[in-house]
Amino acid sequence: MPSVRLVNIAKRYGEITAAENVNLQIENKEYICIIGPSGCGKTTLIKCIAGIIEPTEGEVYIDGKLLNKVPIQERGVGYVFQEIALFPHMNIYENVSYGPFVKGWDPEKAGSLVEEMLNMMALRERAKDQPNVLSEGAQQKTAIARAFVSGSLLLLLDEPLGSLDAKVRTVLRHELKRMVKDLGLTAVHVTHDQEEAMAIADRIIVMKAGRIIEAGTPVELYLSPRALFTANFVGEANFMVGEVMQVTNKGVYVKMNGAVLHSSGKVDFKEKKVVVAIRPEFVGMEKSGVRREAWKGTVENVIFMGGTVRYEVRTDNGELIVVKRPFASDTYRWDAGSHVYLVFPPNAVLLYPYPKAGLEKEISVE
Amino acid sequence: MVRKGTFTDILFLIKYISAHILFQREMERQSVVIAQRKGTSRFVRILDHLSSKAWARYLVYVFSVLFFFALILIPPIAGIFQKISLFGEVYATPELLARANSAILWSFITAFTVSILDLVAALPLAWFIVRSRSKLISLVDTLTDIPFLIPTAALGYSASLFWSKPEGVSNLFGMETFVQPGFLLVLLLHFAFSYPVIVRVMVGELLGYKEVYEVAAKTLGAQPLTSVRTVTLPLLKPALVASFLLAFARSLSETGATVMVAGGFENGPVFIFNNVDNESVLVYVSSLLIVTSVGIFFLVRLLAPRLRLPFRRAWPDFERRLSSPASAKLRDGTTIATFLFFVIIPSLFVSLPLVNALADGTLGEALGGVEPWISFRDSMVLSYSIGLISTVVNILIGLPAAVLIARKRLRHLTPVFDALVNIPIIVPSIALGVSLRFFWAAFEIHEFWVLVLSHTTITYTYFVMSMAASVESVSPDMEEVASTLGARPFAVFRRITLPLTKYSAFSGAVLVFTRCIGETGAARASARTLKTVPVLLVDWILHGTASPSESALGIGFLILASFAILLILRIVIRGKR
Amino acid sequence: MPSVRLAKVTKRFGSITAIDNLDLGIEDGEYLCVLGPTGSGKTTLLKLIAGILKPDQGEIHIDGKLVNDVPPQERNTAYLPQDYALFPHLSVIENAAFGPTSREIDREQAIEISGKMLEMTRLAGRAGSFPNELSGGMQQRLALARALASGVSLLLLDEPLGALDARLRVELRYKLRSLVKDEGFTAIHVTHDQEEAMVVGDRIAVLRHGQIQQASIPFTIYNEPKSIFVANFVGGANFLEGFISERGPSGSWVQLRNGLAVRIKETGYSPGERVVLAVREEMTEIVKPAKRNGETNVFAGTVTSASFLGSLIRYEIQLENGDVVNSRMPVSLRNDSVLSGERVYVRLQPENIKTYLSPSGGLYIELEAV
Repeated sequence: MPSVRLVNIAKRYGEITAAENVNLQIENKEYICIIGPSGCGKTTLIKCIAGIIEPTEGEVYIDGKLLNKVPIQERGVGYVFQEIALFPHMNIYENVSYGPFVKGWDPEKAGSLVEEMLNMMALRERAKDQPNVLSEGAQQKTAIARAFVSGSLLLLLDEPLGSLDAKVRTVLRHELKRMVKDLGLTAVHVTHDQEEAMAIADRIIVMKAGRIIEAGTPVELYLSPRALFTANFVGEANFMVGEVMQVTNKGVYVKMNGAVLHSSGKVDFKEKKVVVAIRPEFVGMEKSGVRREAWKGTVENVIFMGGTVRYEVRTDNGELIVVKRPFASDTYRWDAGSHVYLVFPPNAVLLYPYPKAGLEKEISVE
Repeated sequence: MVRKGTFTDILFLIKYISAHILFQREMERQSVVIAQRKGTSRFVRILDHLSSKAWARYLVYVFSVLFFFALILIPPIAGIFQKISLFGEVYATPELLARANSAILWSFITAFTVSILDLVAALPLAWFIVRSRSKLISLVDTLTDIPFLIPTAALGYSASLFWSKPEGVSNLFGMETFVQPGFLLVLLLHFAFSYPVIVRVMVGELLGYKEVYEVAAKTLGAQPLTSVRTVTLPLLKPALVASFLLAFARSLSETGATVMVAGGFENGPVFIFNNVDNESVLVYVSSLLIVTSVGIFFLVRLLAPRLRLPFRRAWPDFERRLSSPASAKLRDGTTIATFLFFVIIPSLFVSLPLVNALADGTLGEALGGVEPWISFRDSMVLSYSIGLISTVVNILIGLPAAVLIARKRLRHLTPVFDALVNIPIIVPSIALGVSLRFFWAAFEIHEFWVLVLSHTTITYTYFVMSMAASVESVSPDMEEVASTLGARPFAVFRRITLPLTKYSAFSGAVLVFTRCIGETGAARASARTLKTVPVLLVDWILHGTASPSESALGIGFLILASFAILLILRIVIRGKR
Repeated sequence: MPSVRLAKVTKRFGSITAIDNLDLGIEDGEYLCVLGPTGSGKTTLLKLIAGILKPDQGEIHIDGKLVNDVPPQERNTAYLPQDYALFPHLSVIENAAFGPTSREIDREQAIEISGKMLEMTRLAGRAGSFPNELSGGMQQRLALARALASGVSLLLLDEPLGALDARLRVELRYKLRSLVKDEGFTAIHVTHDQEEAMVVGDRIAVLRHGQIQQASIPFTIYNEPKSIFVANFVGGANFLEGFISERGPSGSWVQLRNGLAVRIKETGYSPGERVVLAVREEMTEIVKPAKRNGETNVFAGTVTSASFLGSLIRYEIQLENGDVVNSRMPVSLRNDSVLSGERVYVRLQPENIKTYLSPSGGLYIELEAV
């Protein structure tokens, strides 16, 4: 029995459509991340699940029960807010024990639960402090603890790490995932940070402009994204426009700007005009043009990024290709101005029909 | 990383060129707009340059603080305490002393009772306006503005008609007088005119309140009532305390209307009003009122943060039932009914005799230029000129003071200055009036100027505090950025801060002006011969100098003038938008 | 073109020392990135240079002139706060033209300059709109255009990309840098995002508790971090605690917990001294059992988890002595995948190991990103 089911959810505010045509199923104990640019409807969606927003159309089911008319406080769903929203007039202990308190639980039982949670979060020492004296990371952990203690099996998180420093985020996200799994909860975690989603999600749902674009595991979305937007939003990609020249059993040959690309992907669409996408780390870079199909180019820019080096290469046929190579294992490094040969492994060349809205608009992350 | 093929290159070029042309056109249009705006005049530019000198800025602030002390704070305090010797005379007359003490005590009892009642009754209405999804909201919202537009003298007359005259409620019960003039009637009156103030303050607060806390409480399983009780109310406490103090101060201070409905009852202002020629007892009551009201004010300010609404326990099932839609409807119904019956109808009741007055020919007389209408006209002119001058003076000396407070230019002394600036509204205005009469008597200035000074003193705080709050809401970031972009301090003020706070400045000025027009106590106390309109009207009604028709019409004129001014201001503001 | 020099600058707020005896120099035309966690003093630093705050001690020189008592409007710096502080009551073009019109430049010229900057930031056509009508990315560009049009040559950018979505941040950081460099500005860009710092900065200055820990080019910061904090904050690493057991002419041996011995190149530490070893995750190599052949620093371990991070896979491995390390392997080289639970060998080449003295306050404090 799926934990959460959304059927044909739509939310409109007059002329504006915040979400539309959303159908979603989340299994018990799954850790789902919903990602997308600001305004794509991801927050609207979890607010519909929590009951904070009433959908204009569609149904919300939790554990098989239709919840459309059920008020927030009866839904038994834990929620972590983007603004953290710790009660400023209560101390940490009171904040975390608020759930059991208002539900009238046996004070002793509640007390031990709260103690346990505070220990798990390493917040025991700060129990008597007011929220405003804690660091943002600690505040967010408190908010998460508060949602955990409320006893619900479904946890909704709205940009829970959004207000934190980059470094703190990378550390806290793993702790968060671990705790959710240890407690056996189902989690729906909304974020605009695709790296965060990739790191912790069992499954990722990509949204744009109120609709679900694609859903899949991190590996699927990264290595074989089905939508053009996903290819750009999850990770980075080089995009080129061309025309399908030939389809054989060894793959597809695409013609562009005086060169040909071989893709092992399938073309299950009719359009001749296509967009080719290839991730920067899959582009091969070689000193000499041994291979026939290698593209010759000049390095325009070299950016050292720590573990990787980012090369911006202007190919002879006018394209600008970004190549990312690991720093450590590279025996040879190029400088700006060097000549290189680029190789595109066929199984890394992704194909998409040219979008009606135009390429720039389709992949825009704004 | 999007590279277009050759074919799309041309398209791109065309798009770029057309965008460029469109942009150029847009730029031309905008530059015309900017060019049309006159360049900064030389005078303003000189002020800009001056403002970058620290000494010039300090001078402005120093003058502003000096003016505050010299004109606003010291005169009332000095005025009353220079006559402290007169206390002896009062102690010599035990009967008078007893009456005086009783008046003072009843002032505080009335104020306290009214404030609590108002808080309890007005909060649900404010909640209704902000949170309800009923279609009645805009109607209720507009209605709450009405008592503001009616000067308190009119409210007093209206209330007395409604509650105690045969034409009013008494009619329904077949009685001559339903509520006799006295303590109860004063309570009802004070309740009515403080009610809208609290509603407005709480509406403002609720609008700014982050609902996320309540939602968070609900996601944790709290019933709506529980979340309001344990989360919202504690967070609203500062606003609740402020509202309480506002209602408290108003009740302590109000004179004109109270006098009309007091009958034999005496609170502080009524007592002073009745004994306005007996210097010694005036000094006694005024100084005690001043000292005690300041004391209570600061006491409440200090203790209130420590007051914690208890929530040891939650009763989910009980509170769930209380939060049900049916309960909510009952609550809303009762609230609106109270609002209508105790506030709106009594306030508007004066329209009945007004209509009569229009019908029976009094209007013709009024415009015909006979007594008492000649004195009425003189009083109108007096009131409005006082109002105008007070407003202008307050803006000039208050603006720098507001910036001082908002930007904490006095560092750790700022809270002290802030507290001092609040004193003029804490103190009952009639006591202030008394004090100022004594102070300025030594300088032998014309009564008119004493009136101006007393009105300016009473309303100083309104302008400064509303302006300060507004300036505070302008992010310091914006001023800092403007500064680094090359604007000198005065330029930052007039190009960034002022435009962003001009509506507050406007409403602050309007507040000052209307308060001046409506003030009775201080006007009565600080001048013996000159009569402002409220004083004149109270005179008419209390001493029968004019017929009820004439009184009603006089009040009608007053209300009409207020309406007209506010209407004009609304149009002007909308024009600027 | 300005150069900036801060000498022994200190700034306190009550009992908190936000900037502590700080020395820093920025060259003419340089794009310096100040990197540090929240609360490290980054905003205070910018405000001191802008003149919005005055230092309690020390001197600030811009272009060789002492500017401690020079007010902000005369300092030739433009400050861009984190929330942009766009003037809501002014249109886009009026916002952009605020600088020039404040400096009493001829109105025609002012409009021309601002117009040019709006074109460069691709806000063409929105000249008449108001800030609240623009998207987050556009607001950021407007704030930048306003700073660029102001006629100054030193830009102070406070988390300029902070308010944007992660993906948009990645896209815009390159454009931000090229815009600034193309126009020849000197820029000080403050951020807590180390990846961003590596991309935009000519040099990076790592700030912690109001002090500069290290200031050099990205390559040096990454490959020769001077402290554990820098090593952890920029790029992250595996940290192993132990003590020097032996010292020789060509290297030393460090004993980790449970007696695991690691060979390092350092010879400067005495036997018995407690040290912390740091190895970058991408330099923590996983070697399959078959390939192993008796080299130094190859340790047995078990893979406890494998996370797919897109362009790389991150493995968590528990070594035979109980220490836990992380290893990053690029996805493209992933011919033979490693599964959770598998027994592997981990190789730490001595030249990839950095050694630090064990911090007196404990390792945890240094690793806490505060």
